[in-house]
Amino acid sequence: MDPFTKLTGVVAPLPMINVDTDMIIPKQFLKTIQRSGLGSSLFFEMRYGDDGAEKADFVLNRPAYRGAQILVAGENFGCGSSREHAPWALLDFGIRCIIAPSFADIFFNNCFKNGILPVVLPRAEVDALMAIAERGGETLSVDLERQEIACPDGTTIPFDVDPFRKACLLGGLDEIGLTLQKATAIDAFEQEHRTRHPWLFA
Amino acid sequence: MTRARTLFDKIWEAHVVEVQGDGTCVLYIDRHLVHEVTSPQAFEGLRLAGRGVRRPEATLAVADHNVPTTDRSRGIADTESRIQVDTLAANCAEFGIRYFSMDDLRQGIVHIIGPEQGFTQPGTTIVCGDSHTSTHGAFGALAFGVGTSEVEHVLATQTLLQKPAKNMLVAIDGALPFGVGAKDLVLAIIGAIGTAGGTGHVIEYAGEAIRALSMEGRMTVCNMSIEAGARAGLIAPDETTFAYIKGRPMAPTGAAWDAAVADWRTLPSDPGAVYDSEVRLDAAAIAPQVTWGTSPQDVVAITGAVPVPADVADEGRRRAMLRSLDYMGLRAGTPMREVAVDRVFIGSCTNGRIEDLREAAAVARGRKVAANVGAMVVPGSGLVKQMAEAEGLDRIFREAGFEWREPGCSMCLAMNADRLEPGERCASTSNRNFEGRQGRGGRTHLMSPAMAAAAAVTGRLTDVRELGAG
Repeated sequence: MDPFTKLTGVVAPLPMINVDTDMIIPKQFLKTIQRSGLGSSLFFEMRYGDDGAEKADFVLNRPAYRGAQILVAGENFGCGSSREHAPWALLDFGIRCIIAPSFADIFFNNCFKNGILPVVLPRAEVDALMAIAERGGETLSVDLERQEIACPDGTTIPFDVDPFRKACLLGGLDEIGLTLQKATAIDAFEQEHRTRHPWLFA
Repeated sequence: MTRARTLFDKIWEAHVVEVQGDGTCVLYIDRHLVHEVTSPQAFEGLRLAGRGVRRPEATLAVADHNVPTTDRSRGIADTESRIQVDTLAANCAEFGIRYFSMDDLRQGIVHIIGPEQGFTQPGTTIVCGDSHTSTHGAFGALAFGVGTSEVEHVLATQTLLQKPAKNMLVAIDGALPFGVGAKDLVLAIIGAIGTAGGTGHVIEYAGEAIRALSMEGRMTVCNMSIEAGARAGLIAPDETTFAYIKGRPMAPTGAAWDAAVADWRTLPSDPGAVYDSEVRLDAAAIAPQVTWGTSPQDVVAITGAVPVPADVADEGRRRAMLRSLDYMGLRAGTPMREVAVDRVFIGSCTNGRIEDLREAAAVARGRKVAANVGAMVVPGSGLVKQMAEAEGLDRIFREAGFEWREPGCSMCLAMNADRLEPGERCASTSNRNFEGRQGRGGRTHLMSPAMAAAAAVTGRLTDVRELGAG
């Protein structure tokens, strides 16, 4: 996983609530056995017409936003399925940070596993960032170490992030590797768990 | 005196291996279900890192999303689907994981076969790379969906890194009226708390109406917890639970059974346990439910009408409603009972169990599917199909004009060949009415098996209570 430290990039507006994982990446693209290559199918139904041509009015098709790396969206972003293809598609497109008033739990969790920073902010601050994004081509600077977002006018917005997830993102850490270092503790737990619940180990 | 704990607290605390400095826990996972869509990259990750599977015997795998529901004798026609299913079979062989192939009688939707095999047990932690893993909470198991990175993490370590969820109690007092079932109940709950109402929480369902449900009904309720945004749903295990599990292939037997049941009896929430939030609904006030929009919270009673966006104050919500109505091809104020359907889908991990098929068959019996309606029944597993055929349900459906299919996820998410055409409107017993979910441009109305069968025979959304048994 690529570390996430500080990101300065174009911010794109997606002023919709309940953007679900079927919208982010529809099922016909879940048949892949790889993680890469999903960026061209990101937001497929909103982004392309029935003839396969780009819809000119969809935000990521507009010239100012084609290279967007930050997305601002409405409440409950990423609801629906657990498909990690959703963050894979966003990442493959180039999105490294999503800002919204709230996220669905599984999607939120999946982002951190892929070097994407989901930022939860109060609705009023999201609305302000949405207005900036809608101007077209504006950039934000997201500093994970300092936990703040710098706006084009120089003001900054602080945000919260879970300390462990922050450390993993900053270091691009392999969580499985970290957990495997706890093998002794897992062994000991498993032994006791087996004693208490032998039927689960039969 | 010890603190009064919830069912969630008890399961959580019994699985914490270690608490890290910031409160993140290493949580032990007892059971892992795997399917073909969300696992290939996890197995590939293990191979690339030279890692093995810690406890292969704690994992059960099956192909369900990509499998055809028509004749399987010549395999899977779609190349990508076939590769994905073959990849799962090869990965299971390589890592020593139990796998039910497409030709195995026990094959079916992952959330149907876990309970069916007795793999799903109370008090356990269960994960799967699938959001509807919440289904297994019906047994008093802490069960939740994870992404592919976490599938890999569980395969390698039998643990996950998690922080505890908050506790939410949803209590349903009283008895459900005639003609109203588990699906209506859970749709009404989602309508009441919203699609993000359970975010960050595990919902414990309790109350008289929940206790009265069969295991099939409880699974339907817990299945859709994720549609309320919850991490998981839970129902305390009781005699109904134990009777369901007893004698299943992977259930404990003899002295181990007695020990297990004694342990399971300690799981229900203690009197006085505190929840972070509580919702109470009156079962008697619930009518058969149908969705009108593109989020599961867009739900009304069948006696109601398509809501009017102008009546909604919140701008984001109003905009979403307008978009939904445009996508669904519906006008505000239209009575739901005037909405005509083209297709009917009965099946899925929400409603593909034997009781669901019995409920639909009771409505279909002696009736005919309306002209211009295509209706299909997709059993949730090979064993459900076998049981239904032994009871003659397949004959009832076929005589009424329904197609009787092979088990799988099918048109719930349309990853296989079963899908809606653009503009087609479907009465569906599945769990999501998202845009494009059942096929690009397809329009989904979620409802119970009885209501879907009623829509099939009348050709429009119908109050099954007025139709009565066939």
